[in-house]
Amino acid sequence: MIAGIRIGPGVRFITMALLALALCLGVVLGSGALSASASAPAPTPTPTSDFTNTLTIGGVLRDDDNVVEGAEVTVEGAGGFSEVATSDDTGRWSVVVPEKGEYTVTIDPETLPDGVELRDPDRVSATVAANEWQTNSITRSFPLGVDDRQTTGFFEQFLQRLAAGLNFGLLIALAAIGITLIFGTTGLNNFAHGEMVTFGAIIAWIVAVLLGVNIFVAMLVALVLGGAFGYVQDWLLWKPLRKKGVKLVQAMIVSIGLAIALRYLYLFFIDGSTKTMNVGLSEAIVIGPVRITTGSVVSMVISVVALVAVGLFLTRTRVGKATRAVSDNPSLAAASGIDVDRIIRTVWVLAGALAALAGVMLGLYRQVSWDMGFQVLLLMFAAVTLGGLGSAYGALVGSIVVGLFVELSTLIIPADLKYAAALVVLILVLLVRPQGILGRKERIG
Amino acid sequence: MDWGNIFGNAIGEIISPTTAAYALAAIGLGVHFGYTGLLNFGQAAFLLIGAYAFAIPTLAGAPIIVAVLSAIICSVIFAFILGIPTLRLRADYLAIVTIASAEVVRYVVTTTGLTDFTGAANGLSGFKGTFAAINPIPEGRYGFGPFMYNEYDWWVRIVGWTLVVLASVLVFLLMRSPWGRVVKGIREDEDAVRSLGKNVYSYKMQSLVIGGVMGSVAGIIFILPRAVQPANYTTGLTFFIWTIMLLGGAATIFGPIVGAMIFWVVLSLTQGILYGAIESGALGFMTTTQAGQVRFILVGVALMLLVIFRPQGIFGNKKELSFSV
Amino acid sequence: MSNLDKNPVQSPAAAVTHPLVKGTVEPGCAKVDPIVIADHVTRQFGGLKAVDVDHLEIPRGQITALIGPNGAGKTTMFNLLTGFDKPNTGTWEFDGKSLAGVPAFKVARSGMVRTFQLTKSLGRLSVLQNMLLGATGQRGEGLFSSLVKPLWRRQEEENTVRADELLARFKLDAKREDYAASLSGGQRKLLEMARALMSKPELIMLDEPMAGVNPALTQSLLGHIKNLKADGTSVLFVEHDMHMVMHISDWVIVMAEGRVVAEGPPETVMKDPAVIDAYLGAHHDTDLGDLMDDGPNPVEVALEAERKAHDAHSEEK
Repeated sequence: MIAGIRIGPGVRFITMALLALALCLGVVLGSGALSASASAPAPTPTPTSDFTNTLTIGGVLRDDDNVVEGAEVTVEGAGGFSEVATSDDTGRWSVVVPEKGEYTVTIDPETLPDGVELRDPDRVSATVAANEWQTNSITRSFPLGVDDRQTTGFFEQFLQRLAAGLNFGLLIALAAIGITLIFGTTGLNNFAHGEMVTFGAIIAWIVAVLLGVNIFVAMLVALVLGGAFGYVQDWLLWKPLRKKGVKLVQAMIVSIGLAIALRYLYLFFIDGSTKTMNVGLSEAIVIGPVRITTGSVVSMVISVVALVAVGLFLTRTRVGKATRAVSDNPSLAAASGIDVDRIIRTVWVLAGALAALAGVMLGLYRQVSWDMGFQVLLLMFAAVTLGGLGSAYGALVGSIVVGLFVELSTLIIPADLKYAAALVVLILVLLVRPQGILGRKERIG
Repeated sequence: MDWGNIFGNAIGEIISPTTAAYALAAIGLGVHFGYTGLLNFGQAAFLLIGAYAFAIPTLAGAPIIVAVLSAIICSVIFAFILGIPTLRLRADYLAIVTIASAEVVRYVVTTTGLTDFTGAANGLSGFKGTFAAINPIPEGRYGFGPFMYNEYDWWVRIVGWTLVVLASVLVFLLMRSPWGRVVKGIREDEDAVRSLGKNVYSYKMQSLVIGGVMGSVAGIIFILPRAVQPANYTTGLTFFIWTIMLLGGAATIFGPIVGAMIFWVVLSLTQGILYGAIESGALGFMTTTQAGQVRFILVGVALMLLVIFRPQGIFGNKKELSFSV
Repeated sequence: MSNLDKNPVQSPAAAVTHPLVKGTVEPGCAKVDPIVIADHVTRQFGGLKAVDVDHLEIPRGQITALIGPNGAGKTTMFNLLTGFDKPNTGTWEFDGKSLAGVPAFKVARSGMVRTFQLTKSLGRLSVLQNMLLGATGQRGEGLFSSLVKPLWRRQEEENTVRADELLARFKLDAKREDYAASLSGGQRKLLEMARALMSKPELIMLDEPMAGVNPALTQSLLGHIKNLKADGTSVLFVEHDMHMVMHISDWVIVMAEGRVVAEGPPETVMKDPAVIDAYLGAHHDTDLGDLMDDGPNPVEVALEAERKAHDAHSEEK
C-alpha cells in the first residue's frame, strides 16, 4: 500500500492553520519579545577536518547562544612560534600552524566583551599534544558565560523561543513539503534535499552579496534557479532511473551519493567559511519592549505566503489534484489518463523551488555555509516522519513541532543539544506511534 | 611529480589501521544490510561508542581488557536501545531513526556540559599507553619499501588486521549456517520467515548487535593511531562505510575488505596526483585544499555510479543483486 | 446489509444436520471435532469493521474453504488467526491452546502455518534453501550453535532428505539449486506450500493457492491438497476458484462484510440465499427463485468472475 499525500480532510486545515499562524505571529509580535539572533548554529564541527591540507588550531567562542567577537587567542609553539587570532563576527578564530607539533593555546580574558567571562576563570589556556595531529585541524574551546541568562525572565525567554521556534519550523516546513511530495509521488527518501536548500542559499548569497542586487530579486532568482535545479535533477537522473526500474533503496543511496558530490562541490567553490547575508535586513525593529529583525519578519511572512500558495495549489488546481492522485495510487492515476511523469517532474520543480526559498531564508536567519542544508536535513526528515511519511499536512505540523521543540528545549537543556533533543523526540514518537503523529496505520497482507 | 612517493603512500594504505577499521566497520554493516537487509545509517555511532567507551575508562586508569569489554558492552546496549523501537518499523523509518540516533550520540559527546568526560569538541587523547604496554614487538623500525613502521605502528596494524580476519571468519561461519539462512530470508521477506515460525525480531536484534560490536571494535582500531575527535563521526563516516561495503559487494566475505583497500588507495592516489599536478602548475586554478575536496566529489559520484550500474559490487554475484526493496 | 439480516431464519439449510457438526448446520455452528475455535473476533480499520465474527469453528482433518466477495474480510481473518494482525477484540484457540495475542512466529510453531496471497518466496535464496528454512526446531538456527557445524550437520542432512522428498512430490526437484526468483508464479505457489509443509503442520492455511497458477498446474495442486488431508493435515483455504471449492472442500464457510453469513457442505451452501445475497449484494432485484431454477448458479458465476478479475490483477503485479 502506498502512503499517499493525505491532504483530503486536512486540506482546509492547511489554509486555516496558516492563517491562524499568521494571526498568532501578529499577537506574539504585539505582546512579547522576539529575539533577533534567535540562535546560532549548533557546533557542528566540519567533516572536512580529516581531509584538508593546512594545519590549523581553532575554535568558536560563544556565550550561550551569542557569538563572542573580538576576543584574542594566542597560540604558541616550538621554535618561538606565536600568533594571535581574533574571533570574528561568528565567534570563530583560527591559527594556521607550521607543523604537527605541541602548542599552547591561551585566551586573554581582558579581551572578552563586558559581561562575558570564562566559565572556569582558571582555564585560560589549553594544550595541543603532538600525537593529536591525526587530523589537520584541532579544536580548542573555552566555555564562556556565567549567569548572564538571568537578565530576562522565564516568560520573556519562553516567548522569544516560541517565536524563534515558529520561524524555524516554518523554514523547515518549506523544505520538508518538497521531501514529502517527492516521497508521496515516487517513494524516494531524498537525502540530497539538504543540498537543494544550500543551493538556494548560495545563489542568493552570490546575487545579493557578491553582485549587490536587492535581496528580494536575489530571492526570486534563487526560487527560479532552484526550480530549474529540481527540473534538471529529475530530467537527467531520477526519470532515467525510474525508467531503468531502480529499486527504492538503491535510489535512496544514489541520492546519498548525489548529496556527497554536491556538498563537496559547494565546498570546492565557496570554501568552508560561513558567509553572512549582510543585505540590510538585520536591523532591529523596536516596538515597545519588542525587538525583532526585519529579516525574521520577512522570512516568516514569506514562509506563510508560500505555504498557503502550496496548499491552494494542491487543492485548487488541476495539476495539484493530479499530484495528490498520483500519491494515492500511481498506477490508478496513470490508468485514468494522468501523465505521471509530468506530475513527478512538476513535483521536483516545486520541491526544488521551495527548498531554495527555504535556503535563502535560512541564510538570512543564520548564515550561508556549504553544509547548511545537510545540517537541517535530519530535522526535515524528523518533521516529515513525525507527521507521517508522505502527508503534506503532516509535514507542516511535524515541522512546526520540530521547530518549536528545537528552540523551546533550550530553556531546559544546553543549547548545543537542542538538535539532539528534537531527534530524541522523533525516536520516542515512533516508539509509540510508528505511523507518525497524523499518519494512518497500514493494513498488512 | 614524485611518483615513487605517491605510489608508496597509496600502497601503504592497503595495510593501514584506518583501512582495517573501515573494513571491519563495513563487515559489520554487511551483516546488517547485506545479509539481514537492515538499513542501518548509523554505523558511525557504533564507531563513536567504541572509541569513547574504550578511551574514557583507559584515561580513568582501567586495564585494557576492561576498556575493550566496556566498548563491546556499550555497543551491545546501544544496539538494543536502537533496535527496540526501530526493528519493528518499516525499512525507510529504520534508516531515518538510525541516522538520527547517530547524530544524537555525536551531539551528546560534543556538548560542553560533558567536557570532563568526553573532552567536548576537543575530543580525547593520551589513551594509547595500555595498548602500547602489551606490545610484544621490541622497539625499532621494521619493514621494507613503503612498509616501514615503528613497533607501535606495526602492533596496531597486526591487531587491526587480525581482528578483520577474525570478523570475516565469524561472518563466514554464520552465513553458511541455518542462522545465516534465517537472516537472509528476513532480508528477502520478513513476513514469510515469520510465517515459518522464526522470531524475526530476535534475529534482527542479533544481527544488529553483531554488526554493531564489529563497528565498535572498528572504532577502537580507528583511534589507536590518532586522537578521538567527535568531528570524525558525522554521517559522512557512515556514508563512506556504505560506499566501501557496496564497492566490494554487500553480501560477500571479502567485499568489505577489498572495498576498504580500494577506497583508501584510490583516495590516496588521487590526492597524491592532484597535489603533484598543482605543485607542477598543471592545475594552477586549484588549491591543495580544493584538491582534497575534489576527491570527495569523486566519492559521491562513484557511489552513484556504483549503485546504478553495479549494485552487486565487485565480488557480488550478478544474480544476487544487493537490493531487493 | 439489510438483506443479510432478514434471511438466516428462512435459510433452507437451517434445520439440516451434518456429520461434522454438533447440532444443526448454521453460521457459526459448533463442530464435532474442531481444530480452531474463534469467539467475538473484531478488527476495525478506521470506521470500517473488516472482521466481526461472533463464533467460528474449523473442523479437524478436513479441507475447509473460506469464501466470500472481495472485501469480505477473509484475508484479514487469516492475518488475525495467524498473529500477523491484532484484533480489536476476540479470543481464539488452536488445538485447545489459546492463541489470542500470540505473535505470528509462535502461532506457526504451534502447528498452524500459512501461505500468502502474493507469494513470498525468498528470491535470492535457492529453492532448497527456501525449503530448509521451513523446518522447525533447527539447532543451527541458534546464534552460538550455528558456529559449530557438527552440532547441526546431522539435522541439516535429515531436513535436506525431507526437503528433497517434498520437492520431488511437488515436481520442483529439477529447480533445487536455482534461485527462487527464477521460478514461475505457479512454481512459487508450489514452493511456498511445500515450504510450509516442512514444519509438518497440524493445520495449513492457504491464502488463494490457485491465484496466478496456470491451468496445467491446477490439477496437480488440487491433488497435493487432497494428499494433505490423507496425511491427516487439516486445511483451511481462501479461494475464488470454483473447482477447488466444489471438488475438494469438505466444508465451506462464507464471509461477507466481515461476518460469517453461511456455512455448510459445498453442494448445499452454494444454494443458500444468504450466500447469493452476499455475492450479489443489494444490487440484485431478480427473484431468487428464478435464479435458483434457471441457468448456472449465480454464486458460481460470481465466484468465477471474481477469480478472473483477480487473476488479471495478480498478473499485473
